[in-house]
Amino acid sequence: MGSFGKKLKRFWTVFYEYDGYQRVLLGLRNTVYIAVLGLAIGIVIGTIIAIIEVFPKYKRLPRILDGICRFYVGLFRGTPVVVQLLVAYYVVLPLIGSNLPALNVCVIVFGLNSGAYVSEIMRSGIMSVDPGQLEAARALGLSYRVSMMKVVVPQAVKNILPTLGNEFIALIKETSVVSFVGAADLYVAFNYIGTNSYEFMVPYLVMALIYIVLVMTIAFFVRIMERSLRKSDRRN
Amino acid sequence: MEVLKGITTTIKEGEKVAIIGPSGSGKSTFLRCLNCLEDPTSGSIIFEGVDIADMRVDINQYRRHMGMVFQHFNLFNNKTVLENIMLAPVCLGLQDLRAQKFQNSLARVKNFITGGKAPVNEITKTKNEIIEEARENAMRLLKRIGLEDKANAYPSTLSGGQKQRIAIIRALAMKPKVMLFDEPTSALDPEMVGEVLDLIKQVAEEGMTMVIVTHEMGFAREVATRVMFMDDGRILEENTPQELFSNPKHPRTREFLSKVL
Repeated sequence: MGSFGKKLKRFWTVFYEYDGYQRVLLGLRNTVYIAVLGLAIGIVIGTIIAIIEVFPKYKRLPRILDGICRFYVGLFRGTPVVVQLLVAYYVVLPLIGSNLPALNVCVIVFGLNSGAYVSEIMRSGIMSVDPGQLEAARALGLSYRVSMMKVVVPQAVKNILPTLGNEFIALIKETSVVSFVGAADLYVAFNYIGTNSYEFMVPYLVMALIYIVLVMTIAFFVRIMERSLRKSDRRN
Repeated sequence: MEVLKGITTTIKEGEKVAIIGPSGSGKSTFLRCLNCLEDPTSGSIIFEGVDIADMRVDINQYRRHMGMVFQHFNLFNNKTVLENIMLAPVCLGLQDLRAQKFQNSLARVKNFITGGKAPVNEITKTKNEIIEEARENAMRLLKRIGLEDKANAYPSTLSGGQKQRIAIIRALAMKPKVMLFDEPTSALDPEMVGEVLDLIKQVAEEGMTMVIVTHEMGFAREVATRVMFMDDGRILEENTPQELFSNPKHPRTREFLSKVL
């Protein structure tokens, strides 16, 4: 126990007396920033793709759009997110001659990536809504777009909220690879503390704890949100 | 798959047409074709002189004049009773308002450039007035069926009979010219059938044009001005209810009626 106390003390020195805690806070902020914005972009893209996929395909345009969406989903589900990050940062960015900061590249890549996953979640959510709901809205004279937005998608979102919460949690955890392109997240901060205190046991333990607390907090809020959305159900 | 085989009929204003027949005879499909919920593969559906089966017409413009009531009510589960009734009038009212404003500004620009006198229509209602009017209308309809205290309840807390009556006034809130009923009482508990049929009867007495697919023969006889018997995608017989029920001509009609009456 004595050696652990020594390790704790060394960690505390770098964490508190040097600028360790500032880096941790910055890393935490970046992790949440990438995950939140990524999920927001993902939900927008995912919803659009899901609606295109469930749209009746009599005409040519929906069929072409459907093909594009399938290609997109296949592309982003078929490669690891690390590979997507590296390709975006070291291949696409130089090719288009842009010098976007690494953090923004991460937001975009995680947004596109989760868009592919959210589209599948959203599609199953939309298909779980009774087709009679759409029929009733259309029979009143509402357009397909309005019927989807006012009636079908809100019900679909309610059905998939737990799954969407899982997606957010997965996203939080996946952001731990952003250091591959040089964005400063929690891993970078604790790695810095470890390197400067010559011991890695406590920093990585604290990092694990922070991730757990983060994920449990999100799970808690998802549950509250779910409960408030369920108020239209009899059982609550 | 061909469900309906060469149906030709005319439904006049004020008529109450009941469609009866065995399951799978195409009654519901025929009804759903009337507002193009089911797209006919060929043929035409003329509503007020316009062929609405034509893919080029904006079907939404015509559907708002055709109320529809479903077997399984199909109230919007995510909305309260009041929101259910107000949704379409408010959405479509605001949509029309936006379209009108756009037309007006277009006309003004055109007048300014050409010095012409394209008509600019006065906008008589504001956004809030449209919403208020829809709310008043919805409350009036709710009061009529005695469910004004359920205005802020969600559909999942209501009984089947209450849901179906709300579904009927939701359709009435659009002030339709024709009402289509797709087996409105088939999914109800027996003791709730009466209240729904009473409401439909009231609406009928106000002179609404109606097409009703039903298994309630007594109701068809009482309310309908014409009864159609359908089997295998064809109208085998149509006549006044007195004639059709007491003196069926087609052998298939006779067989069907002997089983259900």
